[in-house]
Amino acid sequence: MHDILQTNLLSPITLCFILGIVAKLVRSEFSLPKDIYLGISIYLLLALGLKGGVELAEASFSSIISPVLVTLLIGCITPISSYLILRKLGRFSVADAAGIAAHYGSVSAVTFIAAQSFINEMSTKMPSLPPLEGYMPTLLALLESPGIHIALAIGAIKTASKGHGTAKVLHEVLTGRTMILLLGGLIVGYLIGHKNWEVIAPFYDSKGGVFRGLLCLFLLEMGIVAGSRMGDLKKVGLFLIGFGTIVPLLHGTLAIALGTWAGLSVGGCTVLAAMAASASYIAAPPAVRVTLPDANPSYYLTAALAITFPFNVVLGIPIYFELAKFFHA
Amino acid sequence: MKLTNLKLVTIITEAVLEEQVIRELKSLGAKGYTVVASHGEGSRGMRAGELPGQNIRIETLVGADVAHKIMEHISAHYFKHYAIVCYISDAAVLRGEKYI
Repeated sequence: MHDILQTNLLSPITLCFILGIVAKLVRSEFSLPKDIYLGISIYLLLALGLKGGVELAEASFSSIISPVLVTLLIGCITPISSYLILRKLGRFSVADAAGIAAHYGSVSAVTFIAAQSFINEMSTKMPSLPPLEGYMPTLLALLESPGIHIALAIGAIKTASKGHGTAKVLHEVLTGRTMILLLGGLIVGYLIGHKNWEVIAPFYDSKGGVFRGLLCLFLLEMGIVAGSRMGDLKKVGLFLIGFGTIVPLLHGTLAIALGTWAGLSVGGCTVLAAMAASASYIAAPPAVRVTLPDANPSYYLTAALAITFPFNVVLGIPIYFELAKFFHA
Repeated sequence: MKLTNLKLVTIITEAVLEEQVIRELKSLGAKGYTVVASHGEGSRGMRAGELPGQNIRIETLVGADVAHKIMEHISAHYFKHYAIVCYISDAAVLRGEKYI
């Protein structure tokens, strides 16, 4: 475990992320220009989609059906379990509990990428590790939206909220940049086949230098964003700090158990656990702000960005890897 | 030169509300609008950067009655929950018929 933690901690993306947090903590003015940050996020999502699509075209229906169903099940469980814990144990208001649950029910694509990079790294160190399932980005796309809708529906019903209609939010989430690039990329990747992929692979392959280099820059900026919310930690209270670290472990363990049952490899289970454990901070915040105006943005943004994201990137992913190995033993 | 006196309604608020507020301005009688990205600080704190999303400033030139309807609507629907600033100022324009 010590070795694995060290591997993760000394990986370029984790160190760049920590550098970003440190830059913010020492009050450096530095940050990545917004358009570059957006540009890199577009590149990363499209790259994920393309590679996932190429691999999906080669996967048999019978091999992916169980992982797909398990992913959808996780997407339905995590918003409800988050909501109940926040409401019953944390005594949060309906709007706050539903708002935070929408974030934890959905998924953070960057956490997914960090987990995938970690598995790639580990497989070079441990040749006996079976290769990571190539269709994982398909599962990422599936997990993006159900959680947001379930949590928002709970919030809207319980508060008789007069915000946006559900159809409107559905449209916003389904046409957001994550979904268009990821789903669009999957379809393009599916259609182009291996030959065409090999031409563009040096630029888009997640094992390649371009992808990993840009990922470092992206994580650096994520560190700055997370660091800028660290000051709010005092405001959100101990319960939410505990919630932001323990609930990912619960959801991660659930995902590993279900993933193992569905036949995913150790790597696949680790990535699925990272997805289930992560909290969305791109698609969920605007949807929650508009639908549940009573929910305090300080709670959900701080929990997702300043607590759960750093936890998963630094500690969570190696823990899920160990748990996945344990479940496979 | 024939000048018409109108009201300039300025709304500074959270970027997530853009689409919704503009739709409502139009239904209350605004013929057009301008939106610019902005950032600043107010009673709800600093608002800048990617999250929670930058601010926008929406401006629309309308007649006095529409301007008052807009103020009433904004105060009833948004003041409680959102970071929002809304004010009316006088404006004199050419081609007044374009706006009312």
